[in-house]
Amino acid sequence: MILELAQVQIQDRSAGDAGCVADNGFCPSWIADNFGRYTDPLLQHVYLTVVSLAIGFAISFGLALVAHRQRWLVAPITQITGILYTLPSLAVFFLLLPITGRGNETAIIALVSYSLLIIFRNIMTGLDNVPAESKDAGLGMGLTDRQLLWRVEIPLALPEILAGLRIAATTTVGLATLAFFAGAGGLGEQIFADINFKSNVVTAGGLAVLLAAALDALILLVQRAITPWTRARVA
Amino acid sequence: MSATYAVLGQFGDAVRFIFEGETTREGADVGGSQFLDLTWEHLKLTFAAMGIACAIAVPVGLWLGHIRRGNFAAISLSNVGRAVPSLALIAFFVAYLGTGFTNVTLALVLLAIPPILTNTYVAVSQVERDTVDAARGMGMTAAQIVRRVELPLALPLIFGGIKTSTVNVIATATIAPLAGINTLGDPIINVSGYGDTGRLAAAMVVAALAVFTELALGAVQRAVTPAGLKLESDTASRRMRFRPGREATT
Repeated sequence: MILELAQVQIQDRSAGDAGCVADNGFCPSWIADNFGRYTDPLLQHVYLTVVSLAIGFAISFGLALVAHRQRWLVAPITQITGILYTLPSLAVFFLLLPITGRGNETAIIALVSYSLLIIFRNIMTGLDNVPAESKDAGLGMGLTDRQLLWRVEIPLALPEILAGLRIAATTTVGLATLAFFAGAGGLGEQIFADINFKSNVVTAGGLAVLLAAALDALILLVQRAITPWTRARVA
Repeated sequence: MSATYAVLGQFGDAVRFIFEGETTREGADVGGSQFLDLTWEHLKLTFAAMGIACAIAVPVGLWLGHIRRGNFAAISLSNVGRAVPSLALIAFFVAYLGTGFTNVTLALVLLAIPPILTNTYVAVSQVERDTVDAARGMGMTAAQIVRRVELPLALPLIFGGIKTSTVNVIATATIAPLAGINTLGDPIINVSGYGDTGRLAAAMVVAALAVFTELALGAVQRAVTPAGLKLESDTASRRMRFRPGREATT
C-alpha cells in the first residue's frame, strides 16, 4: 500500500501550477485541470450508496412489515440490527474479506448492514404513529388488514419512513468513503491516495459532502411530491 | 491450543494472533501484548476526544435547550455532521494542520460534538413546560432549574448522544494511523507490517471494543435514568414525535 501511494504521488502531480502543487497547497487550477480523475470514483461512490440503500430499504421494509404483524419481533430485530450498526464499518469490511473476498460485494454487505437499524426503526415509528382514528375509519369503510396497511398506514407513515431513508443516505455516503479498504474504490480511495495534498483532499472530500447533500435533497423532494397532504396541513 | 483455533480457519489464526502474537520476518514482535499498547492508544484518543466534546457540547446544549432557542442550528449541525465523512475530516486535518495526537483529537472532537449537542438540546427542550413552571413557582433560580429539574430529566437522552458519539469515535480512531497515531487501526492501515492475519485480528478487536462500549454505556444510560422516567418509558416512546433521526431516540 505504501509503495502504491508513492507511485500515485509521483505520477499524479504533473499537471497544473507546479509551485502550488509542490507545496501540497490548495490549487484551483490543478483541481480544474485534474477534475476528470474524480469522475469515476464519484460514480462508483454513487453506485455503492444507491445499491446499498436500495437493498437496505428492501430488507428493512420486509422486516418492518413482519414486525408490524408480530409485535414480539420488534425487540430482537432492533437488537440484532443495533449490533450490526455498532460494528465499525472498517472492521466489518475486514471481517467479511475471508468470506466474500475483495470487491463491491463485501462493501455493499457492510453498508447494507449499517443502514438496517436506521430505516427499520423509522418505518416502525411511522407505522406506530398512524392515528388510531384513521385506522378505525379505514376499517369502518370495510378495508381488509392488507388494504388498511397499503392504503392507510403506509401512506401516513411515509414522512417518517423517508426521513429514515435520508439519514441512511447521508450516513452511507460517509461510510462508503471507507469502502476502498474492501477493494470497492469510491471517493475515499482518492482521499487516501494523496492525503497530504490539500487540493486532492478538499476535492474528493467536498464531492462526498455534496453527494450526501444532493441525495438528502432528492429524497426530500420525492417526499414532498408523494405526500402532498403534509404541506396542506402546514399551510 | 493451536488445534482449537485451526478449526476456525483464518479467523482462528487471527484469534491466535491476538492472544499469542507473531514475530515477523524482520524480527518485529506483532500481535499479542503489542495489541494492548495499540488498544491503550486507541482508548487514550477516544477518552481525550470524548472528554473535550462533552465539556463543550453538554453545557451548550443545556443552555440552548433551557432558553429553548437554536432548534434550527442544533438540527442542522447534526445533519451536517452526518454528511461529512470521517475519512474526509481526518484527511482535512492532516492536509491543513499536519499529523499528531492533538490534531487527530481535534478532528474526533468535531465528529463527536453534533450527536451530543443535538441530543442534549432535544432532551432539555422536551422537558414539559409545566414541570419547569412548577419548579419556578417553588422559587428555584434558573441555575437550579437546569441542574435539578432539566438535567436529571434529560440525562437518559444525553447519555444516548454520548453513547452514539463514543462508538463513532472508536470506529473513526481506527483510521488515526493515517495521521501518525498508532491505534488499533495500525494493523489495518499498515498491513505490510502485520499481514492479513494481523489485519483481521485488529478488525476483530475493534469490533469487540465498539460492541463492549455500546453495551457498557447502555448500562450506564439505564442507571442514570430517573426512576420516574423508567415507569413511563413505554408511553413516552409513543409521545416523542420529534425525532431527528437516530440521536433523538435513546
